[in-house]
Amino acid sequence: MVSASEPFLIIRGLRKVFAAPGGTTVALNGIDLEIARGSFVSIIGPSGCGKSTLLQIMAGLAEPTSGAVFLDGRKVEGPPRSVIYVFQQYTRSLFPWKTVERNVAFGLENRESLSRDEIASRTRQIIALVKLTGFERHYPWQLSGGMQQRVAIARALACRPDVLLMDEPFSAVDALTRVGLQELLRSLWRELGLTVVFVTHDVDEGVYLSSRVVALSRAPARIAIDLPIELVHPRDQIVTRALPQYLEYRGRLLAQLFADEGLVATEAA
Amino acid sequence: MSDTAKSDMPTPVAPPAKPAVGVAWLWKTRWFGVGFIVLLLALWELAAASGWVPSMSFPRMSAVLATWWELIVSGELFGELVPSILRMFGGYFIGVALGVVLGLLMGYFRFFYSLLEPITEVLRPIPSPAYLPIVILFLGIDDEMKVFMIAFASLFPVLLNTYSGVRSVDPIQLQTARTFGVTGWKLLWQIVLPSAAPYIFTGMRVSLAVALIVMVISEMVAASSGIGYFILSAQRGFKIRDMFAGVLTLAVVGYVLNRLFVAIENRVLAWHYGYTQQQRN
Repeated sequence: MVSASEPFLIIRGLRKVFAAPGGTTVALNGIDLEIARGSFVSIIGPSGCGKSTLLQIMAGLAEPTSGAVFLDGRKVEGPPRSVIYVFQQYTRSLFPWKTVERNVAFGLENRESLSRDEIASRTRQIIALVKLTGFERHYPWQLSGGMQQRVAIARALACRPDVLLMDEPFSAVDALTRVGLQELLRSLWRELGLTVVFVTHDVDEGVYLSSRVVALSRAPARIAIDLPIELVHPRDQIVTRALPQYLEYRGRLLAQLFADEGLVATEAA
Repeated sequence: MSDTAKSDMPTPVAPPAKPAVGVAWLWKTRWFGVGFIVLLLALWELAAASGWVPSMSFPRMSAVLATWWELIVSGELFGELVPSILRMFGGYFIGVALGVVLGLLMGYFRFFYSLLEPITEVLRPIPSPAYLPIVILFLGIDDEMKVFMIAFASLFPVLLNTYSGVRSVDPIQLQTARTFGVTGWKLLWQIVLPSAAPYIFTGMRVSLAVALIVMVISEMVAASSGIGYFILSAQRGFKIRDMFAGVLTLAVVGYVLNRLFVAIENRVLAWHYGYTQQQRN
């Protein structure tokens, strides 16, 4: 499934230092990463380790203190056209004054020079893809959390981006809704040949979804583990998650996270 | 949505909806309060008729209503009201437009905030009657003066509320728009303005009341037509019933304007009520 690895998204020597009244905080301390086109990379790490900062720099929403991000050979300065960022807080990132279809069409209206009809038909198509047909005229706040995040995904995909950057997109929904969204994302990724960078604090989610998991250490973050996930496709929420291989990946990543946090995960005898 | 939520009255702790027992249903309807007004008017009538308030300045309510009706039928009242309303709307819309534009600029561009914030804070507290004489010196006593007065007074509530609205736009919405390549003026128009709309409407509602007040004041000080002029000259000519009729007319005008405003607001901001309701749950 994953195409020949030409480095598509390159992160070079990325450092991010925040100046605060009480001194400076080093969030990212020299991150180097090469991401192949069409891969699904999850970035995990303890909360506050700079995962989101890294993603925002990749999206051109924040500037690095030093180092750079290159997308398809070009340095990222400001949000690139072919990259869309999906926020964790869908209730805040969807525009409450726009209906579902207006939200989904937002990128199309602003990014591409399409006719009204083309926008309408593409919007309809993408809404069908995330299984929201029939809710076009609803407002986002009239929908459940999972549906709202599907609207946000549809809005992102409508522009046919090459890269989808997702910041803990499913962490605010319940477990069953999350499974549905995970399956939707997996199928969209495979169908559309997207490159996905997915930030999560959930090791299971990262391993299940990805073709590669990168674990960051505590801030100042560096790469602690870079693990290719060689589980077969198509995956299955029950079967895949029971494979010895899956459990081994999960164990290695959890051990790293626990060690990093100084967490004792064993019950006293 | 219930009628209470739509009305402009602040709705503090909504009483829990208990099943109506006995006559409790009575004070849950709007007609209860309307009945109270009717009762007060009846007391007025009684007070005047029985001479409890012995004054020629206190005519019977029925006489006031009769005079009011005559003034309506003869067209005299409308003759005074129409120029007043036109001036009011003229000034109001100029004030609102300027207030929105300046508020957006101040909220969005630091340059305009630094430039305009001090002068806003200096001019805003001056009560409009205080600068009326100055305005008369420059614009005379005709429509220009009144429209200017109304526009100037309407400007500040809209400006301040628009500014707060812009400042409180969710940064995540702005970032979302940026990832879709929407920046600069497009961002202002497509995201900041609609997002600030609830604040802008709050300012517009305050300004509407202000506009009505300034309209009457400016007509009382200097005018040869208009409802404010009508009320004051009726009082000076001892046409007490006409005077009361004029005040009643303003009550009705104010009420109708506010209902109209609320109706428009409910249409334009339907999303906002739904959204905030949802957020609360």
